[in-house]
Amino acid sequence: MHTTTVVIGAGHAGLAVSHFLSARSIDHVVIERGEVANTWRTERWNSLRLLTPSWQSRLPGLQYDGDDPDGFMTMPEVVAFIERYARHVGAPVHGGTTVTSVRRSDGGYEVATDQGPWETRAVVLATGGFNRARVPAVAGAVPASITQVTPIDYRHPGQLPDGRVLVVGAAATGVQIADEVHRSGRPVILAVGGHVRMPRVYRGRDIQWWMDRTGLLDERYDEVDDLVRARAVPSPQLVGTPQRATLDLNALTDIGVQLVGRLAGVAGGKAQLSGSLRNQCTLADLKLGRLLDTIDEWQREHGIGEADPPQRFAPTRVVDSPPLTLDLGADIHTIIWATGYVPDYSWLDVDVLDRRGRLRHDGGVVIDSPGMYRIGLNFLRRRKSSFIHGAEDDARELVDHLTGYLAGAPPRRRHDVAVQ
Amino acid sequence: MTTTDTPIDNGVNVQALLDARDALTGAPQAAQFTWRASTEWVNGTHSNSKVEGFFGLGEEHLHRSTFSFDADHPAVFASEDNGATPVEYVLVGLASCLTAGVAAVAQNREIQLRSVKATIEGDMDILGILGGDPEVRNGFSGIRVHYDIDADATQEEIAALVAQSQKRSAVFDVITNPTNVTVDVN
Repeated sequence: MHTTTVVIGAGHAGLAVSHFLSARSIDHVVIERGEVANTWRTERWNSLRLLTPSWQSRLPGLQYDGDDPDGFMTMPEVVAFIERYARHVGAPVHGGTTVTSVRRSDGGYEVATDQGPWETRAVVLATGGFNRARVPAVAGAVPASITQVTPIDYRHPGQLPDGRVLVVGAAATGVQIADEVHRSGRPVILAVGGHVRMPRVYRGRDIQWWMDRTGLLDERYDEVDDLVRARAVPSPQLVGTPQRATLDLNALTDIGVQLVGRLAGVAGGKAQLSGSLRNQCTLADLKLGRLLDTIDEWQREHGIGEADPPQRFAPTRVVDSPPLTLDLGADIHTIIWATGYVPDYSWLDVDVLDRRGRLRHDGGVVIDSPGMYRIGLNFLRRRKSSFIHGAEDDARELVDHLTGYLAGAPPRRRHDVAVQ
Repeated sequence: MTTTDTPIDNGVNVQALLDARDALTGAPQAAQFTWRASTEWVNGTHSNSKVEGFFGLGEEHLHRSTFSFDADHPAVFASEDNGATPVEYVLVGLASCLTAGVAAVAQNREIQLRSVKATIEGDMDILGILGGDPEVRNGFSGIRVHYDIDADATQEEIAALVAQSQKRSAVFDVITNPTNVTVDVN
């Protein structure tokens, strides 16, 4: 079958791309291995809610209009919102269709699927950034008696054995799972590396409100000082709860979670922990201070209306001598690897990955592969790219670029076409 | 940060470092360095080490001159005290690495330094190395570094310099994280 553009993935980002393609009357299909919003349905834990308030869930042409704009959507609510968006867009979704390969062809790309191939001039990879858990190599040295779980498999604490749990990683996923597992009666030790500390509420407003209004989330990939670092920044220590609770390391210490340094190695049945915990916490406290300074300055100069007075939060508490080793067999029954996620490109038969397996792209325009685009990666084009509402600007700009490509670039010719 | 008429100069060529990062990201094999020292026993606990060459950017390099380091133990260890103890060299390595980092980060953040002083202490229970108590480790039980920094910057900015220098320090990483060590003999 032929089309002009194949969008792979019917999550919020792929559907936003479909919206702009339709607006420009570009013939396209959206191929989805499962149903719309598949990952939100099948690869998230039960209690998860968005860490962005509902008012912030806006997609091109559709805004949240429910009765709890300051609340945080549960996964069924997210799925319902994205389903509604798919209907709103009228997206040509081909569900239950798994892409098995993407390769170059004469006129652009051939997208092979288990339901037959598509010939297309352009292809947009909207397959999500969180396809697989990134588990460090040291996991291979963990004794077999210990249960190892990734956030993709994790559903609820009841699936874990009783006993002590080591949660590795203190970004949003790690702190949320640590909190839930510890409250289930399984004592948690949290291994903490680089992290981003944030209060849920600041000066009476959700922290996301401040990030949104001050323009911090709009910072562009081609303006940021250090893009490599910006793209590697862990997700903030935030959770969406009806109580609008702050879930920083002090909150976890308060309920009895034990903080230890980054997991540096596993040898002889022992986990080796970095001695850098204090500095990691200092870095995060200082960075939080700079964020709050920025917010306060914005409020002074541009703020509209009243805000509660400025506030500074107590430094992260670190015990004098955090342990440097854990006896895994004796102390720990389960390890949860909250060490990040990586996209899966195993089906991509085009030479566009770097030596670390990352896609080479310039703000979502894939390098050295005209007509190929990517959406839905951390800081793809803006700091907000990984948020639901970040899809709109990215999708619009990428479809602009794609439109120019379709208009200007003649189909590539095969080398063996006879010269006349 | 205050505005000055003269450009910020801490004597660090940050542009060269940033250029190197860009160049080496594209040619990662050139980023593989090997650092070396050679050590010869003199007498008793006294040894002399020399640092002369290293490998990097795909080739061998020589320092401007050969650096020589005597190590020994003090009289309370019944030694002759011909040089600093090896563990003191570790402290020197950490403090000098962090201090170089402070200068480089300050340059990058356009903060003029006037003086940077570090004092460093490492605590050790020597029953470990003497084999007197199997529960005691050989190495430091803790290391403390204290900085006195005078610079055109706020307290928070100075604290951030020190924190960032730890984040990017090779020796801080060597001390705080495990490293595989292989020792063989002819």
